[in-house]
Amino acid sequence: MMKLEAIIQPSRFESVKDALREIGIEGMTVTEVRGHGRQKGHTEVYRGREYTVDLLPKIKLEMVLADALVNRVVDTILKTAKTGKIGDGKIFLSRVEEAIRIRNEERGESAL
Amino acid sequence: MKSVGRKCCFKLVLILGILALAAAPLSAQQTPAPASTSSPSATPEVSKALNDRLKELDQRVTAAQSAGDNAWMLVSAALVLMMTGPGLALFYGGLVRRKNTLAIMMQSFALMALITVMWALVGYSLCFGGNGPVIGGFEHAFLRGVGAEPNPDYAGTIPQATFMVYQLMFAIITPALITGATAERMKFSGTVLFLTLWFLVVYAPLAHMVWGKGGLLNASLGGKFPCLDFAGGTVVHISSGVSALVCALYLGKRTGYPKQPMPPHSLVLSFIGACLLWVGWFGFNAGSALAASSLATSAFVATHFATAAAALGWSAAEWLRNGRASALGAISGAVAGLVAITPASGFVGPMPALAIGLIAGVVCYLMVTKVKAVFGYDDALDAFGVHGAGGTIGALLTGVFAQQVINPIFGAGKPVGGLDGHWSQIGNQLVGVLIAWGFALVGTIILLKITDLITGLRVPEEQEIEGLDITQHGEEAYNLES
Repeated sequence: MMKLEAIIQPSRFESVKDALREIGIEGMTVTEVRGHGRQKGHTEVYRGREYTVDLLPKIKLEMVLADALVNRVVDTILKTAKTGKIGDGKIFLSRVEEAIRIRNEERGESAL
Repeated sequence: MKSVGRKCCFKLVLILGILALAAAPLSAQQTPAPASTSSPSATPEVSKALNDRLKELDQRVTAAQSAGDNAWMLVSAALVLMMTGPGLALFYGGLVRRKNTLAIMMQSFALMALITVMWALVGYSLCFGGNGPVIGGFEHAFLRGVGAEPNPDYAGTIPQATFMVYQLMFAIITPALITGATAERMKFSGTVLFLTLWFLVVYAPLAHMVWGKGGLLNASLGGKFPCLDFAGGTVVHISSGVSALVCALYLGKRTGYPKQPMPPHSLVLSFIGACLLWVGWFGFNAGSALAASSLATSAFVATHFATAAAALGWSAAEWLRNGRASALGAISGAVAGLVAITPASGFVGPMPALAIGLIAGVVCYLMVTKVKAVFGYDDALDAFGVHGAGGTIGALLTGVFAQQVINPIFGAGKPVGGLDGHWSQIGNQLVGVLIAWGFALVGTIILLKITDLITGLRVPEEQEIEGLDITQHGEEAYNLES
């Protein structure tokens, strides 16, 4: 099992979600986050005082996937989340040791 | 500042009408007269009846005018109160950081209550009782003698109680304006004590000097230096704006200023507040005619045009410098225009009003963005940059643009402002400005010292970081968990 965390542009979120549903991904957790990588922020001016806003709004998707699905999901996200501009975000993959469904205590990939 | 000509003309028309009406019953009475007796004694009786009738109708005319004027003045009083709460409270409330929202709103609201009580006890009397050059007396203390009868010195057609409550609303907003400079760091106790003292020591004498009978600067009631101030450019805006600057310098900068960003937490609140100020200001300026007269209309129109021009002036300056016109800039410009037109509103027509607004919008923009940065004082919400600067510009420009066709305050046909041919009026305006500046500077420094000794002025640094809402009032503006 792999955990996938993707930080993407808010403007791409709907397309990514639709594309993932089309390839059969059923569960995900989504959070609105703020952050920045290499992308610079923007400046705001209030009565002549400039403020640099460098933490920009992003969407974070989290899902735990069966190993067989990982490549397809990564490809789909790469394809749909890309605008080609700086600030498109990142995908992180990490191993997951165990998954347990709380309702019936199923374990492993069948709990996903 | 009543237009006497209008009243006379009105009466003349009515008297003619009455004569025509009276003719009908007269002929009815006279018809049987020759049948009973042919005595000539009917003529004095008729003229007596006519006289009584005229007297009665004259009283009705006066009563009708009083009703009209009183209705407008009560509405104006309510409009001016609306400028403080919610107008100014929202405008300032949106400009502070989230943790200080309630504290700044509470300061405005506290003044609504506090100044009202002070006004009833001695405030009104100190401003409008007596006829000394600097301060009023105690003849109206506890509102003695302030009731339904008009006070002909100030407003001869409305109950003195209406005049009293209208002027009260000005006394409320003036100290409330100062809280824009002390925002986000002054103790609630210190604020309350300081502004109460300030009202007694700075506001009351200035109001008396400019508007009170016999006041040094009063243009219509025998002042030595007739300074034109229709609705309070010196009394309200210069006094509060200059005191705001002193407060900002005395208190020192907010912790973290200017390195740490302190953007407004909700420009939506400020936007609503500014729009309420614009509407309320019609009561402030047009109400200062103290009657539902054509002068009130003139002031209403001038106020509106100046405000629009100032909003455009500030926005254009900002657009040229930053490449964008901001909402905060547009509403700040509007407030600057409202401030600047205040002293001039009852003296100028629409075209000078546009000029005054435009100049004020651009100059206040430069004050707030450039001058403040050069000197480095932390006038948190720009009370000085908008009210001090805008009030000063407005007072001086009133001397330039005042027109006798709008308000022949020095007598019919006599020039009023510079462009009328009375350039020395600018000198009188300058005297008014200097006295207001001097009074506000000295009074504020002394009162801040006194307050500092009694309650202290600034909150400790850790309380400032935590925010004034929690540390001063024990509550939060936005309780996101509830």
